[in-house]
Amino acid sequence: MINFIVNISDYFYRNKNFLFLLFLLPPLSWLGIIYLGSLLTFLSHSFFSLDGFTGKINYTFTLNTIFELFNSRANFDILIRTVGLALTVTFGSALIGFPIAYYMAKFTSPKVKIFFYIAIMLPLWSSYLVRVYSWKLILAKEGIINWFFGKLHLTWLLDKILSIPYIGGPSLSISYIGMFLVFTYIWLPFMILPIHASLERVPNSLINASLDLGASKRQTFYKVILPLALPGIAAGSIFTFSLTLGDYIIPYIIGTSKFFIGQAVYTHQGTAGNIPLAAAFSLVPIIVMIFYIKTAKKLGAFDAL
Amino acid sequence: MTNAIELLGISKSYGSVQALNNIHLTINDGEFFSLLGPSGSGKTTCLKIIAGFEGSQEGHVKLFNEDVTLVPPYKRDLNTVFQDYALFPHMSVRSNIGYSLRIKKVNLEEQNKRIDEILETVKLIGYDLRKPSELSGGQRQRVALARSLINKPKVLLLDEPLGALDLKLREQMQIELKNLQRKFNITFIYVTHDQQEALSMSDRIAVFNNGRVEQIDTPHNIYNKPKTSFVADFIGITTIFPKEDASQFNITKSFSIRPEFISIQSSSSSSSKDFKIKAKVTDIQYQGSFNKIIFESSFRNSLSVFQNTNNNENISYKIDQEYILEFDKKDITLLDD
Repeated sequence: MINFIVNISDYFYRNKNFLFLLFLLPPLSWLGIIYLGSLLTFLSHSFFSLDGFTGKINYTFTLNTIFELFNSRANFDILIRTVGLALTVTFGSALIGFPIAYYMAKFTSPKVKIFFYIAIMLPLWSSYLVRVYSWKLILAKEGIINWFFGKLHLTWLLDKILSIPYIGGPSLSISYIGMFLVFTYIWLPFMILPIHASLERVPNSLINASLDLGASKRQTFYKVILPLALPGIAAGSIFTFSLTLGDYIIPYIIGTSKFFIGQAVYTHQGTAGNIPLAAAFSLVPIIVMIFYIKTAKKLGAFDAL
Repeated sequence: MTNAIELLGISKSYGSVQALNNIHLTINDGEFFSLLGPSGSGKTTCLKIIAGFEGSQEGHVKLFNEDVTLVPPYKRDLNTVFQDYALFPHMSVRSNIGYSLRIKKVNLEEQNKRIDEILETVKLIGYDLRKPSELSGGQRQRVALARSLINKPKVLLLDEPLGALDLKLREQMQIELKNLQRKFNITFIYVTHDQQEALSMSDRIAVFNNGRVEQIDTPHNIYNKPKTSFVADFIGITTIFPKEDASQFNITKSFSIRPEFISIQSSSSSSSKDFKIKAKVTDIQYQGSFNKIIFESSFRNSLSVFQNTNNNENISYKIDQEYILEFDKKDITLLDD
């Protein structure tokens, strides 16, 4: 018996790769079967169709469900609306996030930096729903923003902004502007942290070298700092972009009655029971993300990695 | 002779730490001038103030008789080679070198001509499309040099440029740097903590200690006529006899003596040297062409003596044995403090 155990132990010692594989099998199968397997099974439904009479899934290969996304005006509008909002939110987050990250990386003492880290992470430790509902109250007609505009006698300005077609709505809490504000707030940490990490790795001597070679501070920013921060901006934008593409709670709480991809998936697989169309909708963010990352790569966003 | 750089009473402190204390320096045009000192002595801060990366709380910086104290670095007609080279990682060797020409909007044809010229000078032809990460330490050093020389600055600041290279490469680069300086006839201001480097390359050296300049002189004088015990001790190997001990030799000031002037008295010959002391061998270090023999004298200080190893009549000294060391009065250096 002892001999047998010793033999096994010897075998493992000599065949380290086999032992390695044995240890890795459980986590790998978790990733492979539970994670990717279920996702692929679900997504594969986009190549099936729903029988309109029986409400059952017809398991024969068809591209009709995918065509349905583009042929139906309502469905296609959902795609455009979602991608448009995701791009705007990403742009807004980068615009707000960059200066904060830059200040943190280059101008703060270690102590102040810790304060910033906590300030940025703190909201992430509270419930997402609570934060979204708080914003609902802030943006509501009876909320603080309306009150503030009222005090400044600028209610007419707010009304004018809200009456702009496409981005406006009956009140801030039921409008695209409102959604943009809430999304930007919610995803901001995911933009700041990667940009900060990339700026932190730019040594000050590079900035000095650029000044030394005759570049003004402005030129140094555009020619040295920004290109080197680009991988961080790209990484951050991947977060904000993909998270916005898939979210359905913010459009549900803050949005108008117009649907976004997340809501479409939710209703099609839930109440409507149309799993194939839900799967087709889910496929869109994935494909958009693949194109997004490819374009970012082509534009050189990852060159300085 | 024109003054390239003048520092007039520069003082700088970081919080309660005094980095530079009332520095006065005049550096001549075309000179190879070294700022030498241990780490934390203020030499790099001094360089940063000349370049304009840091301001000073007191004093003025003059560049060719023009006060540039408040002029930002990108408007000063000088360039810097950084300790970590500071090459832009997202640009090729070619774009790194041409950076300042692009900033100045020099026309493309001229840019290419000058880049090719400088690539040849620093022997980097064929490497121009590589990224800095694909180069060796010595090659990066050359790119950094080429990048700062392409503008033909009147003054080049070098911040321990050879610190990261190995010994062989360092010696080779020392020769090349000196040749470049002669060829372009630029004022070099060279920061180093390596005394051998400073002695072998410089026209003049300023020795820094604790934010002060201890001595400004030629390498020959720095080595042979150190003014303070810090300089004597910092440069080369030396033995210092403080004031108290010096009185035994009828000398009123402290003094130092270089190992090459000390000889070990052999029992047979009687010698006529001025001073003799008894000392015990504590260590013998083989150094290749010579042995460094360390003695401890009755004054409890250690003395180093060199013994040529390729000398046929070599005596082998034994540890813990006593010998008589002797040296002449004319070979000692009197020190100020």
